[in-house]
Amino acid sequence: MTEEILIAGFGGQGVLSMGMIMAYSGMLQDMEVSWMPSYGPEMRGGTANVIVILSNERISSPIIRHFDTVIILNQQSLDKFEQAVKPGGVLIYDSNGISRHPERKDISVYRIDATEEAIKMNSPKTFNMIVLGGFLRIKPVLTMEDVVAGLKKSLPERYHKMIPENERSLKRGGEIIREINKV
Amino acid sequence: MKEITGIKEYIKPENLVYRKSSLLTDDIMHYCPGCGHSTTHRILAEIIEEEGIQQDTIGISPVGCSVFLYNYIDIDWQEAAHGRAPAIATAIKRLLPDKFVFTYQGDGDLAAIGTAETIHSCNRGENILIIFINNGIYGMTGGQMAPTTLPGMKSSTSPYGRDVATMGNPLKITDIVATLPGTFYVTRQSVHTPANVRRTKRVMRKAFQYQKLNRGTCFIEIVSNCPSGWKMTPVQANKWMEENMFPWYPLGDLKVPEEQQDQQPKTE
Amino acid sequence: MERELRLMKGNEAVAEAAIRAGVDGYFGYPITPQSEIIEYLMEADPAKTTGMVVVQAESEVAAINMVYGGAGCGKKVMTTSSSPGISLKQEGITYIAGAELPCVIVNVVRGGPGLGTIQPAQSDYFQAVKGGGHGDYHLIVLAPASVQEMADFVGLGFDLAFKYRNPVMILSDGAIGQMMEKVWLDPPRERSKEIPEWATTGKTADRKRNIITSLELDPFRQEVFNRKLVEKYDAIRENEVRFEEYLCEDAEYLLVAYGTSARVCQKAVQLAREQGIKAGLLRPITLFPFPTKRISELAGQLKMALAVEMSAGQMVEDVQLSINGKIPVHYYGRMGGMVPTPDEVVENLKERIIGG
Repeated sequence: MTEEILIAGFGGQGVLSMGMIMAYSGMLQDMEVSWMPSYGPEMRGGTANVIVILSNERISSPIIRHFDTVIILNQQSLDKFEQAVKPGGVLIYDSNGISRHPERKDISVYRIDATEEAIKMNSPKTFNMIVLGGFLRIKPVLTMEDVVAGLKKSLPERYHKMIPENERSLKRGGEIIREINKV
Repeated sequence: MKEITGIKEYIKPENLVYRKSSLLTDDIMHYCPGCGHSTTHRILAEIIEEEGIQQDTIGISPVGCSVFLYNYIDIDWQEAAHGRAPAIATAIKRLLPDKFVFTYQGDGDLAAIGTAETIHSCNRGENILIIFINNGIYGMTGGQMAPTTLPGMKSSTSPYGRDVATMGNPLKITDIVATLPGTFYVTRQSVHTPANVRRTKRVMRKAFQYQKLNRGTCFIEIVSNCPSGWKMTPVQANKWMEENMFPWYPLGDLKVPEEQQDQQPKTE
Repeated sequence: MERELRLMKGNEAVAEAAIRAGVDGYFGYPITPQSEIIEYLMEADPAKTTGMVVVQAESEVAAINMVYGGAGCGKKVMTTSSSPGISLKQEGITYIAGAELPCVIVNVVRGGPGLGTIQPAQSDYFQAVKGGGHGDYHLIVLAPASVQEMADFVGLGFDLAFKYRNPVMILSDGAIGQMMEKVWLDPPRERSKEIPEWATTGKTADRKRNIITSLELDPFRQEVFNRKLVEKYDAIRENEVRFEEYLCEDAEYLLVAYGTSARVCQKAVQLAREQGIKAGLLRPITLFPFPTKRISELAGQLKMALAVEMSAGQMVEDVQLSINGKIPVHYYGRMGGMVPTPDEVVENLKERIIGG
């Protein structure tokens, strides 16, 4: 099994940390993992993206241009990365602020209104966990147990009290993700 | 010619008035007659010997006339790239905090190419001693203008005299480092008369002793001469130094440890 | 104690490995994309545990001279930087080579020339392998291709540096510095108490004074010293060549790539093989010494070699020298912070095959 994932959005949306939690969780499942962020000035308020690869084999290139799954959290990223999904692959996007929706028909498209849901749940900081929960529903490459364990590993101790809130958000994400197009 | 006879009867321990420090090697110093470096080297060797710290002292020699200092004093040495001695001294002292670490640098080395290293090691308050020989000229490379060259002073790169409008004024770097909280003791001395030699030896010994206190950087400027570069005899050079260098670079303490401020009158 | 598994950035792995390898001193200056190294060390504060000294210097120039000073005391000392900062350090590096001091220098390469980009590149190959500073000298150059090797090469680097009294450079890039992977960390080693006989730690009565210098005005004696260095570099060429082969046994087309490019090429070899092209990969782990002999041997079975680099074509010259005209040698690369993709490499290889 090899799952090649791109997560892209604004800096501050928790893009990098979502990827990091995936990587930690994969490591706990004895997978090979790589987490390759875009770095530099882009990180500060601009667009942020990260490539996460989870595999049962040694990972060759950590930098690739085509992905099994692309998770999109803003319009700029959708415009830039819709074409980066492999034919037959998966695109997950948050519709918040999106004016031009995904158009490809050769990929499966899922929509998750995570921004809206996070506000409803009064839990804006766990927005990215809602998205991750949605991803896991579509691609159950990681177990929920390992994701929670991965959360513990990647979060500093002082935030551990927020883990139940994160768990609720993960679960909620699985419930609200919607299929738009299926191949 | 009158024959010298009976000299052997005078060479006896009880007649000893002066001897070469055991830490000065037998290498013949390459300095020009009348140069202040050899005197300063002697003082340095004597202090290290008298304090009994040969096995605990590491010196850093510069690029400049004193580049071969490591040939003359029998202690462990590191030879620095031009201007970098304080950075090297920083690492040595941090890694071997119980050792005595000093740099010996000229004006081009310390106040031009090594300005950043000088200022920042002083600003960090590294527990090292910086000995700064200021003769207002690049001696080794043949008498070019230094940051400390006086206004109007001729050198091979200021053949019509230092024009401050285009070449800047002499840099009083010792005054600058004295303003930094990191420095503990900052003084300006000379070695051109026996009295000044004695005074310089006194302050240099003190600076070595201060290193045990771990209170910050000690900085000794020695205003010196360059008879060859200045194109003067040694006697003329010393006179010229008194008349021209000292007004720009007045001798005396610029910063003394707080607890000693009352008991320590200014040396000049 | 057992090895510990962690998920870390390449930069963090260097820092943690340095603490665990018993490094005595780190001297650095921040620059993207490697500032995590000094940040990690400052936060870990190893002065309290191992006694390791960590100093943020006023410049890269000062930092490398601090390394000179520490190395001259026989201590395990290191610095890290990225391309523009490494250029500044070249003065200190040539003095360290000239004074025959051991140390480790990490270059997390970004694209240039000048201020360039902060994205990953391999454009400092010539600088690292062919000299960098003035004078006849060589660094031992290690090229990690994973976060694991970023950690492992710190210890290996110091072993080689002390074995040969020679500076060692770990030539990495922004991608390996910034990416996170699993890394097995060695258990902590105590800092060494051994003092090499040449170190300046204060002259005792039982030995002559030690002088760390690279100055010799007498040309006859300087040449004797230069010859001694040449002998040392020859011994390094003889004993320290390291490389990894991937599907080379039956390969007709050899990709030669190091670091991030080698990771890309591993995948390219898989893709090429799927398309019936017998490709293999030789990954130099040491760039100096270069695996010249092995590449020359392989040339007998090959139709072509392709050097893949994130540069305008630098390592390709060493591949050409190794192959010495026996078969065609080509170059494919991306620059300016762009990383080649496996598909691109395969496409280029196919074009070369058709083109002959």
